Amino acid sequence: MANSEKFWRFALYGALLFAAAYYLLPLYVMLTTSVKSVEEIRVGNLLSLPMAVTFDAWSKAWSTACTGVSCNGLSGYFWNSVQMVIPAVAISTMLGAINGYVLSKWRFRGSEIVFAMILFGVFMPFQVLLLPMAQTLGMFGMANTTAGLVFVHVVCGTASTTLFFRNYYVGIPDELIKAARLDGAGFWRIFWRIILPMSTPIIMVTLIWQFTQIWNDFLFGVVFASGDAQPITVGLNNLANTSTSVKEYNVDMAAALIAALPTILVYVFAGKYFVRGLTAGAVKG
Amino acid sequence: MSTPNAHYGFAERWLPRLVLAPSFLLTLVFLYGFIAWNGYLSFTNSRLLPNYEWAGLVQYATLFENERWWVAVRNLGIFAVLFIGGAMAIGITLAILLDQKVRGEGAIRTLYLYPMALSFVVTGTAWKWMLNPGLGLEKLMHDWGFTSFTFDWLVNSEMSIYTVVIAGLWQSSGFVMALFLAGLRGVDDSIIKAAQIDGATLPRIYWKIILPALRPVVFSTLMILSHIAIKSFDLVMALTGGGPGFSSDLPATYMYSMAFTRGQTGLGAASAMMMLATVAAIVVPYLYSELRKDSHG
Repeated sequence: MANSEKFWRFALYGALLFAAAYYLLPLYVMLTTSVKSVEEIRVGNLLSLPMAVTFDAWSKAWSTACTGVSCNGLSGYFWNSVQMVIPAVAISTMLGAINGYVLSKWRFRGSEIVFAMILFGVFMPFQVLLLPMAQTLGMFGMANTTAGLVFVHVVCGTASTTLFFRNYYVGIPDELIKAARLDGAGFWRIFWRIILPMSTPIIMVTLIWQFTQIWNDFLFGVVFASGDAQPITVGLNNLANTSTSVKEYNVDMAAALIAALPTILVYVFAGKYFVRGLTAGAVKG
Repeated sequence: MSTPNAHYGFAERWLPRLVLAPSFLLTLVFLYGFIAWNGYLSFTNSRLLPNYEWAGLVQYATLFENERWWVAVRNLGIFAVLFIGGAMAIGITLAILLDQKVRGEGAIRTLYLYPMALSFVVTGTAWKWMLNPGLGLEKLMHDWGFTSFTFDWLVNSEMSIYTVVIAGLWQSSGFVMALFLAGLRGVDDSIIKAAQIDGATLPRIYWKIILPALRPVVFSTLMILSHIAIKSFDLVMALTGGGPGFSSDLPATYMYSMAFTRGQTGLGAASAMMMLATVAAIVVPYLYSELRKDSHG
């Protein structure tokens, strides 16, 4: 009995380690490839350790690699993404908080229908918006601008942020609100003084969720932005698909890591909230 | 529920509606209005520029006769079945393994889930390098002595869609693990103990008691995965670009290339409507049941 118990524990850890290797290997390959030279990539293989570590590929990916016709690396795209992600995350989170507050604590006749209508936005395939949105952004002179992208992300992101806050606020007892109202507190006072101070966890979850979503978005970036306003994901895709005489996989991998770095950092430092955000969309309540 | 009372005054009664109004208007115009607009475009002869003259079902007729569209639909079928089935199998297995009071569980969980923080473009770029015929996996196997090993799925139009499955599974299976692990932790321990006292084996307990108790988790995970599958766009663009030819197209990449690179606006709009119809057929009943459950407490 004890022996078979031991055997199963051993098999269990073996299986878990095997799975860990499966998830980690691509990251290992990206990291090692990015510090190899093209010559070393040619003679070595995916798993071979770099013989001479060089950061040339990283600096090339950042500042001189060709992304289509221009050859300025990813730096410009990176800053575009930063300029896009900050306002888009801030605005969609604020809207979500206020919507969630109304839809959970100030329900009125028809508010459930409004919620259902907003909620469908979480699921709808954004392909149906692309053509009309492109037309509309064009009409208002916002095509190919960061402002246009911010607008699209706010419109499409508010559905999830509203869902997050609403589900969180449903869990705050209504008695708290009632008591505050008996004391004469109004709509805004209750929001600022009671609801918002209790919201830190859900604000973190929403900020991180929105940051990851918007930073990683490719569809809106490739459709609504060109040239000067393109985000990092589009830059990476252009870089990796620009044909050069010798395919520089080290530069591709360095570029991929640069594009992934912000969201990986968020995951490392705030993983708890990241996981909660992932499950919040799935498990209601 | 706090229904506004008469003595809270006019402002208190209308303020919530007023506050919700901007988001409601945005939703109404930019989601539902645009669906209608796109729907209208799908009934016109729009090419490079939109043209608002009614043309009936001509775009849908073209779409249904278009070989490339059916390749995309077939690929979505292959991708959805393998991606959803595979992610569920891997995710549930890992969740059950991690549920056996494992040492270092937190660290292992973090490792399994980090791909979810990456964008599909990053995942696609990485796998494109690893799977490339020549220097990637093939070279590795040759170096290890398997000299007859070939792996050309990325450039083989019969197999290219399966590379999308491989990369998609790598990215999303950890997520399924996280959902199920959270679900497993919610199962009442006393039921399991009772079953153990009755002499049930561990696999039997999981199969007969725990997984049925996780029905809601299974259901919402299926929803999310099918939703990811239908919307898949970035991964294909970064990994295969829809190629070779259009062999790894999905409806989302089909829509993009018709609407934005080939000047077939009407056809793109029609394919987008087909995607919407598919998602709505899955999601609307789900949302309906969720909201009903909610209002009944």
